Amino acid sequence: MMETHKNDIGSTFGMWLFLLSEILLFGGLFILYSVYRYNHSQIFHLAADALNRPVGALNTLILLTSSLTMALSIFFLKNRRPERSLFFLFLTIFLGLFFLFNKYFEWASKVHHGVYPNAPGLLERERGEVLFYGLYYSMTGLHGFHVLVGIGLLSVMFVFILRGKIDHERILPLKNTGLYWHLVDIIWIFLFPLFYLIT
Amino acid sequence: MAGFYEDERRLRGILGWIFSTDHKRIGLLYLFAILFFYAIGVLLGFLMRLELMAPGPTIMRPQTYNAIFTLHGVIMIFLFVIPGIPSIFGNFFLPIQIGARDVAFPRINLLSWWIYMTGAFLAILSLFTGGGPVDTGWTFYVPYSLRTSVNVPLAVFAVFILGFSSILTGINFVTTTHQLRAPGMTWFRLPLFVWAVYATAWIQVLVTPVIGITLLLTLMERLVGVGIFDPAKGGDPLLYQHLFWIYSHPAVYIMILPAMGVISEIIPVFARRTIFGYKAMAFSILAIAVVGSFVWGHHMFVSGQSDLASIIFSLLTFLVAVPSGVKVFNWVSTLYKGSIEVAPPLLFALTFIFLFSIGGLTGLFQGALATDVHLHDTYWVVGHFHYVIFGGTGFALFGALHYWFPKMFGRMYHKKIPYFAWALLFVGFNTLYFPMLILGWKGMPRRYYDYLPQFHSLQWISTIGSWILIAGLILLFANLIYSLFRGEKAEGNPWGGATLEWQIPSPPPRENFAEIPRIERGPYEFRK
Repeated sequence: MMETHKNDIGSTFGMWLFLLSEILLFGGLFILYSVYRYNHSQIFHLAADALNRPVGALNTLILLTSSLTMALSIFFLKNRRPERSLFFLFLTIFLGLFFLFNKYFEWASKVHHGVYPNAPGLLERERGEVLFYGLYYSMTGLHGFHVLVGIGLLSVMFVFILRGKIDHERILPLKNTGLYWHLVDIIWIFLFPLFYLIT
Repeated sequence: MAGFYEDERRLRGILGWIFSTDHKRIGLLYLFAILFFYAIGVLLGFLMRLELMAPGPTIMRPQTYNAIFTLHGVIMIFLFVIPGIPSIFGNFFLPIQIGARDVAFPRINLLSWWIYMTGAFLAILSLFTGGGPVDTGWTFYVPYSLRTSVNVPLAVFAVFILGFSSILTGINFVTTTHQLRAPGMTWFRLPLFVWAVYATAWIQVLVTPVIGITLLLTLMERLVGVGIFDPAKGGDPLLYQHLFWIYSHPAVYIMILPAMGVISEIIPVFARRTIFGYKAMAFSILAIAVVGSFVWGHHMFVSGQSDLASIIFSLLTFLVAVPSGVKVFNWVSTLYKGSIEVAPPLLFALTFIFLFSIGGLTGLFQGALATDVHLHDTYWVVGHFHYVIFGGTGFALFGALHYWFPKMFGRMYHKKIPYFAWALLFVGFNTLYFPMLILGWKGMPRRYYDYLPQFHSLQWISTIGSWILIAGLILLFANLIYSLFRGEKAEGNPWGGATLEWQIPSPPPRENFAEIPRIERGPYEFRK
């Protein structure tokens, strides 16, 4: 007789290890950022001034709110209110998409002004500015990719709740997805000041 | 076939293997895949030695030689040595040794094998697509890797994918060790192999992402030219080296720690004595894992990092020798006054101690700042790391194969032949690699296609060594493969081991234990 291998603490433990590896993945980029900022502090300062601060702030607000809705979704599923849980999950997905929508237009306007990797106009500028935008596109790009994956996971959870595959007793997949979503949020909390605020 | 070899009802034949979530079947899948890539790596090494047998062009062109030493490095490191012992023997024995039925995440375990195979497939594919085989060396150093016309993007992506497999395996083993230990299996009753694989798993989780991001950025550099590592755009190639070695030096400990774990299993069993200084052994594993993560800068003494950084990295490098020394002395002390039986597994374990000591001691020369200037990028380094990785991890893997073969396959191999194979391996190994130490000392640079006439005789001896070594390998594996089909049936505990895997039948039943055991003694207490 096969036993079912189910271990809730184990799954959460594994999820935290995975998040730790995610932090180290971004960690490499943060190291590069600090070294280049140290080497080109003046130029980084000026380049940061050119980013669209209101859009960055709006996106921060969006992601912070989405973490709240994520937590509420878990809270309501735990309290046997799947329909409310679904509502907040939907809101979380919506906010994630909203974030990417803003990010898209932010990138598009930069590209429109000829500021993108390997752009002829950009390469004529100071070396520090090339690096600033290289890091800007790499770091927000990798973060954006994580938001996209997060939206995918949240959508799977949405379907699972809808079909009753997860409920107040089998809530773990939703909780772990929540952990991932919060991590993506936290990384943005660091990216926002580094690129938009420190000038 | 008995035990876990019996097909489940759901899937039969080959499907029952490649979609199985049984840790033992996955361990065997890794075994065959990894040994297959090992054979290719050996073949490439053989070709390199043949080319270097005489000065000037011998059997290939310079560009082919560059591709072959790169491929030899990539295959041996990323497809053979790094996954080697943890993925094969860790998968098979870690759950059994802690008294569990499987790893914590069996499906993720299967996934990581599939990811490994995907990465390997992409690495092979990179040879025949784009600009052809990579010629950068396994380190993919910028700026050359950004400028060369060969297929760097796909090769780098393949290694990135392999890293994923490594991280997932690491997460699995750490969680398994924390969560699934049988009742009574306290941390200090864990077999030392478990300690070693556990520490290795932590390194895998913590440092592999760093090479992941490094390779991802190199890929982006090639595809869109972000400029972060490109000196033409203001990027700093030295930062590439830092990030690369933040992973790749600890990766050396991913290679050697599980090997040390294997040796710590074999020696007590064949000396019929409990291990000398169990706690010192466990803590020295952790010490190597921790300190070893902060020594990466010793690869960059001549790259232009600051003198202060070099001095600190040099000091830390010497510190790693302390826990490594503790291990060597404790193995030898375990043998002292033991009732020693030099069976094939012990023979390989003893050879590990000898060759690893040469590898470790030659490493100290490079760790010293002044001598490293002379030795950096010479054949000395090539000799040194082959003594550590092949003499160490390679021989430990042979030891592990001979130690656990009867348990894994339920059959015993021919016991005389390994001695002959060992003799060929030992003589061939030293004839192949010892001249490299002398060549390097005399100034022969590594990775060169051609050389000056005064290096000829030593290069020639080294090539002869490679033939003896390969003869030994063929004999060793021929014996094991023959025994796989024709060997005598093995008993449950042919060596008289005290760890849990020897308390169950050979081969183990599907879920390992009919009833989860209750542990009441340490792993090396042989008296009942």
